Amino acid sequence: MGAAVLQKQFESLLGGHLGWREKPAAEVVPSGIPEVDLATGGLPRGCLTEIFGAPSSGRASLLVSILAEATARQEFCALVDAEDSFDPLSAAAAGVDLPRLLWIRCGHNAEHALRAADLLLQGGGFGVVALDLGDTPVRAARRISLTSWFRLRRAVEHTPTVLIAVARQSNAKTCASLMLELSRERARWSGGTLDSARLLGGMRVAVARRKPGLAISAAFESGCERNGAATIGSGWHRGRLGTDTTVHAAQKTRLGTVVSVPV
Amino acid sequence: MFACLHGTGNLAAVAFDFSPLVEQTAPDTVTCDVAGLDRLFGAAQELAAALARRAVETGVQAAIALAANPDAAICAARGFSGVSLIPQGDEAKFLGSLPVALLGPSAELQETLDRWGIRRFQDLAALPPLGIAERLGAEGLRLRELARGEAERKLTPLEAPPRYEDEIELEYPVELLEPLEFLLARLLNGLTTRLATRGLATNELRLNLHLETRAVHERTLRLPAPSLDGKSFLKLLRLDLAAHPPAAPIDRIRLGVNPVKPQAAQGGFFVPAAPEPVKLELTLARIQAIVGEGRAGCPELLDTHRPDAFRLQQPGTDLTVPRRGLCAAWTARSVPALPQGDRHHCPRGAKAAPWDSGVSPRLIFRMYRPPRLARVTLASGQPSYLAAEGIRGRILKRAGPWRTSGDWWTTDPWSRDEWDIALSDGALYRIYCEIRGWFVEGSYD
Repeated sequence: MGAAVLQKQFESLLGGHLGWREKPAAEVVPSGIPEVDLATGGLPRGCLTEIFGAPSSGRASLLVSILAEATARQEFCALVDAEDSFDPLSAAAAGVDLPRLLWIRCGHNAEHALRAADLLLQGGGFGVVALDLGDTPVRAARRISLTSWFRLRRAVEHTPTVLIAVARQSNAKTCASLMLELSRERARWSGGTLDSARLLGGMRVAVARRKPGLAISAAFESGCERNGAATIGSGWHRGRLGTDTTVHAAQKTRLGTVVSVPV
Repeated sequence: MFACLHGTGNLAAVAFDFSPLVEQTAPDTVTCDVAGLDRLFGAAQELAAALARRAVETGVQAAIALAANPDAAICAARGFSGVSLIPQGDEAKFLGSLPVALLGPSAELQETLDRWGIRRFQDLAALPPLGIAERLGAEGLRLRELARGEAERKLTPLEAPPRYEDEIELEYPVELLEPLEFLLARLLNGLTTRLATRGLATNELRLNLHLETRAVHERTLRLPAPSLDGKSFLKLLRLDLAAHPPAAPIDRIRLGVNPVKPQAAQGGFFVPAAPEPVKLELTLARIQAIVGEGRAGCPELLDTHRPDAFRLQQPGTDLTVPRRGLCAAWTARSVPALPQGDRHHCPRGAKAAPWDSGVSPRLIFRMYRPPRLARVTLASGQPSYLAAEGIRGRILKRAGPWRTSGDWWTTDPWSRDEWDIALSDGALYRIYCEIRGWFVEGSYD
């Protein structure tokens, strides 16, 4: 008796489609940016999510937002930084709980980054493991074999870890369960003249889901709090030269101290 | 054969150097079983001399006596000064001259014996046992046995103070890491078993490798949390020795552990699982073997406004402890309602709550380490063209200069003018000018 006949018999007995061959849907976690979550449905656990785009396309903003959200859930996260480009100060300002973030500085070596990510996944216990190849030259990133990506995908399978890879172009191909392409729509400048502004206020980022399913686009705005504060007594001074005093600088947050001073 | 030390000082330590079966008979008296030591020391005289030498070395002032039974040795040590060796069978004769008071009779019995004129062991030993039993009872008989040196009993052993340090002296120096691992595994196995039997764990491993060159290669591994995982300890030691190999072959290995109470922590029901501390330490050691020491850890911002001021520290042990008072399930925001037909699903119990749309993500800065030296062309005092390693283009938009300075009261002050620029290559950069020239600090991403 064929398997199809048996399945039909079981289904007729149980009164419905069994769906035993379907893979259970992955649990998803929010990225911290509602627009991205609406477009993607969240980041799947136990899968590889690839974020790619040109420099200054908002990749790091999205990645840090994911890390901030994960550390807010009390999860321990790891960032494998291939090009040693992570800025803890802006990450802390974005809400990343730094004591819950393990930062691996790979010193411009993508191969080391891959090995470190593999070890972290094998070790287990992380909520998010991020492999940042965002500043790695395209040629070097392309040299990473598909086997390595398969290995990472296999290592993260059946774990509650969200594996994220950030790069300039898509490298993981079929190994990625979710692919997000980012591009900068425009930068937001404020004040000043046409070519000489006072502040870089942020930028608007377009997100396109390339996989799975049909392409879905979204956009989000990332804000930049350009430091213009002065902390009196610490010997630190920052102010725009030759400006009037009508512009109020953004807040400066350092080690829990918030100072807002007009410059 | 039993030995007794009666005097002052750390008597038990001397006794434990010779025997594992030691009895603390009294605060100033220690008795130990030295049977079988003739194979090591030869005759009983040699053993007695070795005991006396060891006592002198450790600063113990004691009378030493060796006898066939413990009580005879105790009586001799208490009664005679120096070293006494009682031949088997001659106990009564040897102890005969000692005063009866040495046996510690009760006051009533002492008075009776005084009235009878029994003042020495030999007097008591000469009395008939039946008569003593009738007149003095069981205590009298016991004293007679002691006076004759015939009392037999077992020692009440004193537990040896635990030592959590082992060493191996090698016949041939070890040059390779692999054979060294076998020896370390043996030492670790013994130490972890010893800790486990006492319900302890360790948070520190101290390894001393005595080299052929008479130098000592010392390594100390501190664990983030107490553990008893010998396999992990061995892997940690192997990784550490691979990163810091000794300079010469090893002829003696000493391994010590720090005994501490094991960590007893219960994870919260809603708190997400975190990496096990020892496993994380092992993973970190493996990663540091790849990327280099000090290049992995949790970033900590320094209390300064100097750019790129941070340090890396080891992850803490309380990774599973909520830091903000509420459990994760309550603090985490849920995924919003998903588009129809999406293959993913929300976790059970996660409500499609509306997002706090007022919160917008921060624009994040990517550092170039080290900053890239740049050539900048100025037009009207403002940068208009930038060329650096991998970056080249016309500056389309700029914001600045922002002057930053600090640490002017130290020997290492800093001062610079910063610009945020949009380059014709499509990226946003931060450049700065200081005394050494122009640099690209990084890009906004």
